[in-house]
Amino acid sequence: MIFVFALFLLTLLVITAIAIVRTENLFVSVMLTSIFSLLMAANFFILDAADVALTEAAVGAGITTVIFLSALALTAEREKRRAGGQLIALGAVGILAALIIYATFDKPRLGDPEAPVHQHVAPWYLEKTPEYIDIPNVVTAILSSYRGYDTLGEVFVVFTACIGVLFILGVRPPEQTATRSAESGGLRHHLIPQVVGRLLVPFIVLFGLYTQFHGEYGPGGGFQAGAIIATGVILYALLEGEGEALRAVPRSVLLGLVVGGALLYGAVGVVCMLMGGAFLDYSVLSADPVWGQQLGIIIIEAGVGMAVCGALLSIFHAFAARGTQP
Amino acid sequence: MKLLELLGYYNYWVFAITLMIGLYAVISKANLIKKLIGLSIFQSAVFLMYITMDKVEGGTAPIIQAGVEGQIYSNPLPQVLILTAIVVGVSTLALGLAIVVRINERYGTIEEHEILDAD
Repeated sequence: MIFVFALFLLTLLVITAIAIVRTENLFVSVMLTSIFSLLMAANFFILDAADVALTEAAVGAGITTVIFLSALALTAEREKRRAGGQLIALGAVGILAALIIYATFDKPRLGDPEAPVHQHVAPWYLEKTPEYIDIPNVVTAILSSYRGYDTLGEVFVVFTACIGVLFILGVRPPEQTATRSAESGGLRHHLIPQVVGRLLVPFIVLFGLYTQFHGEYGPGGGFQAGAIIATGVILYALLEGEGEALRAVPRSVLLGLVVGGALLYGAVGVVCMLMGGAFLDYSVLSADPVWGQQLGIIIIEAGVGMAVCGALLSIFHAFAARGTQP
Repeated sequence: MKLLELLGYYNYWVFAITLMIGLYAVISKANLIKKLIGLSIFQSAVFLMYITMDKVEGGTAPIIQAGVEGQIYSNPLPQVLILTAIVVGVSTLALGLAIVVRINERYGTIEEHEILDAD
């Protein structure tokens, strides 16, 4: 039954992708991207990737759409038609698609337990996590402990991208931004979105915090929590106007979150070295190595959550502030 | 049986087709935002391929339940890689969009051929 449902969702995914590319109205295209992400999240869930589904739903369907829309507000909403070149592109893409589909016949069948990808380190992770780290969610264990270096790198990429956006869009000093809070009114004069939205914001943030601190036991963790909390604040900004949101969470706090989160992650690694272990080897943090691992994971997940939340909100505010400049 | 075996590749076909739809948008559309949308479709297709590989028949999400013996879990490693890639993807996308916004301010257009003409 779930198999048929997966086929249906995947087919819908392809149809949505075609519609995204075909439509000339960029606004429609962006809204379809949101649906595309939601379908993708459902597919991830069917394929047993609960953590990834949560991330895709929060980031892909939520934040990506908002960032695309704020960029659209600063540029043009309609795409201009261009003559020529389409047939060549279609031909090239068609041939490539045929080649890739031909290549897929060499891939192991879906769900094949003998596939090479399941033979290498993955069984070791599944087998040893209860012994070394003793948290139920193996994805979190790999993310923050076994492959902590990777995640540190990813956090720095997010950090760098955030700094890049702030440089390119040139954020103004805080004292100037406070004066124009009256212009960007948000949805203040629409009663129903206002009332419903106000009810939702605290629960979204609460859910984000739950995702953050329950990440060791269920699907969740810093990346998802950061994205969900950022969504809650962005909803507040859309309802009350951007100035109000900046008054609730000022830009200095956001930058502090980004820098502090990345630093906290790195600092844990350095503390591990000072205490006689390897970089990001949390076992030395406590007399009991298993508890040390858990402590390290909680701290670095908090760092990841801070960095991601701060970065996404800074990016949103950078785009929003650009729109109200003369 | 033969049909079911073929359908085991369906995810990969969807991956190939979505990947190429994204590539088509990147190479044939002149609008810079449309190109970025194409790029994010391309990226999502790669995510789909990785997550397809993590599935194990009869498996469940890799969250170990205490007291349950003999449960098969899907492969957690591709999930970790993709989870972080999604968040990195949105940050880099925002960087691209920021550049597009600046291009629009400088040239007054986000159509590639018009920008090239203006130069």
